[in-house]
Amino acid sequence: MLDILVSGLLLSGTYALVAMGLNLQYGVARIMNLANGEVLVLGALAAFWLYTTAQVSPLLTVILVVPVSFIGNWLIYRFLLTPLVRRSKSQGALEVDSILATFGMSFIIIGVMVSIEGGFFAYKYLSEPISIIGSTTSLNRLVAFLIACAIGLALYLWLNLSRAGVAVRAVSVSTEASGLVGINVPRVSAFAFALGGAITAVGGALISTFITLDASIGVVFTLKALIIVIMGGVGDIRGAIVAAIILGMVETAVATLVDPGLTLAAAYLIFVLILLFRPQGIFGRRAT
Amino acid sequence: MKPAGWGELGWAAVLVVLAAFLPLVANGYWLSIGVTAMMYIALSTSWVLFSGPTHYISLATGAFFGVGGYLVGSGMSDYSQSFWLMAAISPIVGAILAALIGFATLRLSGVYFVIFTLGLAEMIRNVVSWVQNNFLGSRGLYVLTDLRDQHIYWMLLVVAAAVYLLGWFVSRSRIGFALRIIGGDETVARHVGINTATAKVILFTSTGFFAALVGAIIAPRWSYIEPNQVFSPQLSFLVVIMALLGGSGRLWGPLVGVIPFTIIWEWVGIQFPNQSILFIGLCFLLIVYFLPQGVVGRLEELRARMRRAS
Repeated sequence: MLDILVSGLLLSGTYALVAMGLNLQYGVARIMNLANGEVLVLGALAAFWLYTTAQVSPLLTVILVVPVSFIGNWLIYRFLLTPLVRRSKSQGALEVDSILATFGMSFIIIGVMVSIEGGFFAYKYLSEPISIIGSTTSLNRLVAFLIACAIGLALYLWLNLSRAGVAVRAVSVSTEASGLVGINVPRVSAFAFALGGAITAVGGALISTFITLDASIGVVFTLKALIIVIMGGVGDIRGAIVAAIILGMVETAVATLVDPGLTLAAAYLIFVLILLFRPQGIFGRRAT
Repeated sequence: MKPAGWGELGWAAVLVVLAAFLPLVANGYWLSIGVTAMMYIALSTSWVLFSGPTHYISLATGAFFGVGGYLVGSGMSDYSQSFWLMAAISPIVGAILAALIGFATLRLSGVYFVIFTLGLAEMIRNVVSWVQNNFLGSRGLYVLTDLRDQHIYWMLLVVAAAVYLLGWFVSRSRIGFALRIIGGDETVARHVGINTATAKVILFTSTGFFAALVGAIIAPRWSYIEPNQVFSPQLSFLVVIMALLGGSGRLWGPLVGVIPFTIIWEWVGIQFPNQSILFIGLCFLLIVYFLPQGVVGRLEELRARMRRAS
């Protein structure tokens, strides 16, 4: 029981981080990015590849991944998604277009990753056991959790205290209104999309230290991140953290008590409950 | 989607009759391509039935298809039922499943629906594998029948024709009109008194019915069924590509996409087996950036422009 609580909590740290990345992309840049999981797996592949070929510590890779994925995602937004934003007449049309376009990107990323590494991204890093309040877990899980918390906290403070962070939050509330008060909406959107992608890739590099991934697993993480974002309410960081903890706990409980193969089914069960009873998110208010 | 006329129905009847002769003139490789193409025609036409007017991208096809194929396999191997009984049960299960999913997701905005259907096939595959490993024992299921490729082809042709006929009636009926308004603007639809959720759920149920039926009919072709194979994650995406490539604005749009795509897809699978995923990705980008209305939409646009010029 204690094992479930501890490993569920540790797992939820990275989940929350990844969901924050998606929140920036969907809540601020208004792009439903279904290639999110693939960006995560790209981060994992970078960690795996650098560790096995050059013995680069995954923790160092985390730092290297940030600028690369930031620039990559910025270019994607600027050149592939901006035309869609411009041509869309409504939010609904943009959603359909961005869903199809990001599907395309996700398959291209998978195709490229398969040609780099077709098997599992298996490597061992910091896998010695440690004991936390009477429960045994591995060191890499704890390290990943702490880094995820640190990044998440930094992001939260930046969004709430800095001037640029306020601009980002303003765009997430209303693109029209923030344009009227002199915020450069396209620039902020591109920045938020790129930042979200970078955070997702970092999350992937962290996850790869304790979960073995492969090139085609991305869609599962896309789903989990989306479920967390919906459960927490779009644009709500506090909600996303609570939702990530719930998902991490439930998944770990199902994996240990029933069968590890059923974690996705558990996530779906939560998803259905949320859709039926609180589609506006845990802390969200019902739209009138 | 525009309402379909009587002329279109006549053309469809001629095409169905012509298509019925294919097994008499083709065999081996081309017949097997024909079966695959007919499978995708039935699947993508039923996809367009719902997603064409509403613009809701459904990725649940693979899930229903897998349920159909798996039920046939499990029913015949684990419970020794006849193929025909299982083929009759499968679409009903598919329809019930679709109705439940529709009830949970279609009352909300379209994004929730897409997300929900995205992992659906994978989730059902996990549950099915778990049930089979823990309670049923065997992993592979045998589907042994006397049905040959041409029989499967004719059955699929009948299904495709039935889907088309249903779509033809729907597009001329009140519910088809309601769906077009929903696709145009959902808020408007609600304000003029359309029960948007019910209309969407009914149509989505029909796609679940047909996808499961197609999965059941195609099962004898494999003779050996594994959950990993029938719940192929790619199937849903291929159906979306073919339907959108042809154009989801017309009921016969998918037909234009399926036939060339099936042939190209077979070719890519043989020539570049490792790059097939990459190819799917490129197709999606091609659709979004160059053919947002599909080939049919592009042709109609050109025709309208020519008429204006003359």
